[in-house]
Amino acid sequence: MTTDQLTKSRPDVIYLRPTRGLAALNLRDLWVYRELVLFFTWRDILVRYKQTVLGAAWAVIQPVIQMVVFTFIFSRAAGLSSEGVPYPIFNYTALLPWGLFSKALNDAGRSLVTNRNMITKIYFPRLTIPVSSVLAGLLDFGIAFLVYIVIILYYTFSPGSTYTFTFTPALLTLPLFLILALIATLGVSLWLSAMNVIYRDVGHILPFLTQIWFFVTPIVYSSSEVSNKWLVLYALNPLTGVVEGFRWSLLGIHSLPWQLIVVSAGVAVLLLVTGLVYFRNMERTFADEI
Amino acid sequence: MNDIAIRVEKLGKRYRIGTAPERYKTLRDAIVTGVSAPIKRLRNAASARRRSSESSTIWALRDISFEVPRGKVLGIVGRNGAGKSTLLKILSRVTEPTEGTAEIHGRVGSLLEVGTGFHPELTGRENIYLNGAILGMKRLEIERKFEEIVAFSEVEQFIDTPVKRYSSGMYLRLAFAVAAHLEHEILVVDEVLAVGDAEFQRKCMGKMSDVAQAGRTVLFVSHNMSAVLRLTEETLVLDKGHLVYRASTPQAVDYYMASGFTGTGERIWTADEIPAEAAPFTPCAIRLRDTKGQVVDTLRSTEPITVEVEYRLVQAITGLRVGIYLLTMRGEYVFTSFDLDDPQQFEQLGVRQAGLYISRCTIPANTLNEGRYVLAVNASAFRVKRYFWDDHALAFTVDATGAPGKQWPEPRMGPLRPSLDWEIVRL
Repeated sequence: MTTDQLTKSRPDVIYLRPTRGLAALNLRDLWVYRELVLFFTWRDILVRYKQTVLGAAWAVIQPVIQMVVFTFIFSRAAGLSSEGVPYPIFNYTALLPWGLFSKALNDAGRSLVTNRNMITKIYFPRLTIPVSSVLAGLLDFGIAFLVYIVIILYYTFSPGSTYTFTFTPALLTLPLFLILALIATLGVSLWLSAMNVIYRDVGHILPFLTQIWFFVTPIVYSSSEVSNKWLVLYALNPLTGVVEGFRWSLLGIHSLPWQLIVVSAGVAVLLLVTGLVYFRNMERTFADEI
Repeated sequence: MNDIAIRVEKLGKRYRIGTAPERYKTLRDAIVTGVSAPIKRLRNAASARRRSSESSTIWALRDISFEVPRGKVLGIVGRNGAGKSTLLKILSRVTEPTEGTAEIHGRVGSLLEVGTGFHPELTGRENIYLNGAILGMKRLEIERKFEEIVAFSEVEQFIDTPVKRYSSGMYLRLAFAVAAHLEHEILVVDEVLAVGDAEFQRKCMGKMSDVAQAGRTVLFVSHNMSAVLRLTEETLVLDKGHLVYRASTPQAVDYYMASGFTGTGERIWTADEIPAEAAPFTPCAIRLRDTKGQVVDTLRSTEPITVEVEYRLVQAITGLRVGIYLLTMRGEYVFTSFDLDDPQQFEQLGVRQAGLYISRCTIPANTLNEGRYVLAVNASAFRVKRYFWDDHALAFTVDATGAPGKQWPEPRMGPLRPSLDWEIVRL
């Protein structure tokens, strides 16, 4: 209310002029429009499962079916190791952050073009669009996580199971890895969404980019299968660090692969910062190019 | 200088042309070129981004300077492509100027197109919140005004129905209602009053004058001269991206309506006057012929007037109709007519093949009163797409020599001067 009255009595002056050189990041206006971020997130969530028969059940069905299929192919048929944990749990632990990442990549990558009519008509910080696309994925993540708990309980209490859930302090670090996942996701999304405005090729690249990314991330296999000399290169994929972090935190297996996570986190932050700079610089011409 | 709301100095906006329409070719074209020369395209795309040769760019706006004091309602008029929308887009921060500066004192609310950001799957209630937030309202602000917005839109009963089930009238009413309740210091309004039925338009006009009287600054763009005359005190006339005239509204409207016509009875559209969205429709010319078939600017009220619209279709168009609107110099509509008005012709001409066409009609003798009139041209497929629209295509003069009642040298009221069969009966 107070800011409202303030603007009424002494309106802010805005200067519009061509920007030269690198645009300022100006994250303040994202803060001013924080309600809009929430509204867009809310809209994306509301709309996602409208006019579907199964509704939000899709958020459960997708990862569970993936898990079942991968278990058959990679564990039974290909015989990949799962570091002593039942393969479904091993796999599902990685599918949690991967689902968040791949879904956001596809939604956010296309988000600006999908909202084209707004961008050419009304001013608001364009960052709100990909940011809220990514945030909307958190709901699916939450639902998938509930399913995870069910799976854990099932394996812990079913007779003859070799797996028992044990609480470790590592579990408390999970939010940190979720934040790392969001940083990586947002960084990649900012790059792709801004590029998609000018080069619609991005829309065609997205499906197989996701597919390739899936296989260079230790989801169906363990990163211990990767030869040591490639490990640094392998860690450049920020999702590697995220997935290893999730496994370490949730499953309590092996020790934390420090170097790997530090490299991945560094790359994730670098992606986010460069993504922001790139987005801000492209943003000036969005309305003209889209 | 605290009482200035907007100050614009040497504002200019340059658009690149040529690259944008290329993207919207058909899939088949894309595949053909994509397969034949993807590397070349990639190289071209990269180099096109770096150089900005003058030949492939167009100044949509150039060297515009003006000031608007706070609380003023300023009209902006101009033909299609004069730069009105570009100016509003710059002032509402949708796009950046290429040169010059604009100084905005206060929050700008834009009503560039009502209903932008509405999501068809969401209910009326949800859309009010979403749309309000997009337009820059705070949640508390929307909550406070919610009842008022719903009441104004007259859709109370359907407020929890997804807007995809709304009639187009309800949709527009709700959209306008949200936009009209913005509390921003500066409002930028583009042609929103052209929607809805007459009743709702009256209501919108009322709301607009309320806004104006509440001391807020309004920039009002419209093709409707009577709306501009009613709502604004002062008006800018834009032409081809330049500010050509600024005066009190009645003066500016007269200037605008009288300007830009060659007075030859013919208007030929040049390539830069045809927007890219018009494709595959290319307007060539509109002309007026008298009974001898000559192209003239002044026609007689007592003789039929032939109107010809010449155009080319690069591809076949389904459901195309080409029509004219006749307006008075004050912008009031006299009539509208389309070349497929006849139901039989409408049935037969579902698809118009590619080629050069003339759509020709005759305004019967003894129809128009003396004075000057404007013809507007519309080429559209009903509810599908408006290919081309020029609301200011051609002006002409009607001479009433020999028309009914000319024995009395007095002006007659109204745009029509029909010859009616009077009977005088003594009882």
